Amino acid sequence: MSGPVTRFKSPVRFVFDVPAGPTVSRFLAAVAEGRLFGQRCPTCAKVYVPPKVACPRCGDPLSPEQLPVKETGTVTSFCVVNVPYEGQTMKLPYVYASILLDGADIPFPHLVDAEPADVRMGLRVRATWSDALGPTLESIRAFVPTGEPDAPFDAYKEHL
Amino acid sequence: MSDVMRAPYVLEYGYRRSTGPVIGQFLTALRDGRLVGGKTARGRVIVPPTEYDPETGDAVDELVPVGDAGVVTTWTWVAEPAPGQPLARPFAWALVKLDGADTAMLHAVDAGEPSRMKTGMRVRARFRAERSGTILDLEAFLPEQAS
Amino acid sequence: MGEREIAIVSFAEVIVERSDRDDCELLLPVLKRALGDVGLTQQDIGFTVSGSSDFLGGRPFAFVMATDVLGAWPPIRESHVEMDGAFALYEAWVRLQHGDLDTALVFAFGRPSQGPLHDVMSLQLDPYYMAPLRPDALSLGALAARAALDAGLTSEDELARIAGERRGVPTSTSEPYLREPLRAHATPTLRDGAAAIVLAAGDGARALSKRPAWIRGLDHRIEPHSLGARSLTRSVSTEQAARGAGALGFGADVAELHARFAHEEPLLSRALELPASTRVNPSGGALAQDPVMVTGLCRLGHAARAVHEGAARAIAHATSGPCLQQNLVCTLEAR
Repeated sequence: MSGPVTRFKSPVRFVFDVPAGPTVSRFLAAVAEGRLFGQRCPTCAKVYVPPKVACPRCGDPLSPEQLPVKETGTVTSFCVVNVPYEGQTMKLPYVYASILLDGADIPFPHLVDAEPADVRMGLRVRATWSDALGPTLESIRAFVPTGEPDAPFDAYKEHL
Repeated sequence: MSDVMRAPYVLEYGYRRSTGPVIGQFLTALRDGRLVGGKTARGRVIVPPTEYDPETGDAVDELVPVGDAGVVTTWTWVAEPAPGQPLARPFAWALVKLDGADTAMLHAVDAGEPSRMKTGMRVRARFRAERSGTILDLEAFLPEQAS
Repeated sequence: MGEREIAIVSFAEVIVERSDRDDCELLLPVLKRALGDVGLTQQDIGFTVSGSSDFLGGRPFAFVMATDVLGAWPPIRESHVEMDGAFALYEAWVRLQHGDLDTALVFAFGRPSQGPLHDVMSLQLDPYYMAPLRPDALSLGALAARAALDAGLTSEDELARIAGERRGVPTSTSEPYLREPLRAHATPTLRDGAAAIVLAAGDGARALSKRPAWIRGLDHRIEPHSLGARSLTRSVSTEQAARGAGALGFGADVAELHARFAHEEPLLSRALELPASTRVNPSGGALAQDPVMVTGLCRLGHAARAVHEGAARAIAHATSGPCLQQNLVCTLEAR
């Protein structure tokens, strides 16, 4: 303790109370019932799952109509997580992927429960729901391979 | 909008600050129970010291001892201290110009009640028994007549 | 080299007590209104810049999400400052001075209702000597207020009077101190909000607005961070910015000052050398409504609106940092 001071710890901690907003709340309420839906941009017709407030491409609010989407989809990209960090629910190594649901135009990130070596672009997957549903995407435990043939690259190349 | 969901969200950062040469010397001295200031090229003494003269930007590399007592230049009263603040009981925030310093530093004054606070009053530093090299090694200032 | 003629042609704001919306939901109608009022869409805008602080909601890079409402495709020229939107407007004004772009959209958003704002603001303090002590923003405001009182620049009676006028409610020095010598009435009324301003150059501005609020001058200056290393009773940076913006002797009908605490009004009025004929903060200012990170941009908006609605000249001021560390002054006029 007698050497010169070169560093000190200065931790900060704040607790926030964050509103999800009406758009996200509607979607999370559906997820809590084990249901997914998308919303369409009235300008470019792209379907977003989860819905956004506005289409990032066009800047227009999405149409309010809740469009059904399938629970199956395609892995458009993925990475294998080998690094531990706080809050992880999966055993290392695990797969974090971009998943394009059938009926959606924009992929969203989720977990793939499969051997990392078996995961590839185009892999067909299906959502498996958690036993405990709630207003969170953790209600989907993970996506698992369906066993179907891979989707051809052309089927999702516009959705990367 | 009663359908809107809300959730708590905790932001936590375990910042570790590197001190650099000038601030490092100040915090080292503080840990050893001493107060020092930075002497600028124009002869002003900046407490707490920065690596530069806040008015000219010139480098400050000479550190000089300053007194551990000084004068309150302004203050306010905190009736309900927040976690992490220097004292857990009601205290005053004050700017204190130490003897030998040309600038004032922010810290707590352990005055007990606001009626004991006054601009221009003299206060003296009280160091924590256990010190680690942060600004909180100075626990608070005490009104001089009470110390 | 002469400066290019640039005017504020449109202003929209939304301010609520506590928003249940997310940033995009709050912003979307404000952006559409600011653009729509002058018949523009995002595609007509040359440069877009925003001001906000992710620390208000605790989510790093939250500001990136806000670009969802812009329709930023094909990619637009876009920028962001982690400051009040007024400082984003400064960047837009400088950008338009380059001469190759003719319009700019400036917006800001802030929802302090999400967290302990006055405590969170300690994160803007120097990380060695001040932030580890965790002083809240109200306490720092109170230190400056006491300095102003001790220097005889104002009185507790005057603070109550200013607060009462801005808030439009009766105030009294018999109310308890929140942070002695500040009573709650002399501190900001935190609000959630968003605002947007459209800037246009030259004839473009004349085509968009019957009465553009021309920017005669715009400047901002900063002082040392440490409260003990600068004057708390004289705002030197405001004086300098006022000179730079041509605010001294400007003879404004209206001045919109970003005074978060009542004692800052007389301090700023003095630095700007405002004559008695200038109406200060007819909007109520931050004492009435303080959508943090938006409040300064709203001062520019309200000053411009005064010109749009008939005033000959107006001054807007915005601030950043603890106890008026950094100050921006803008002079606006009809031509």
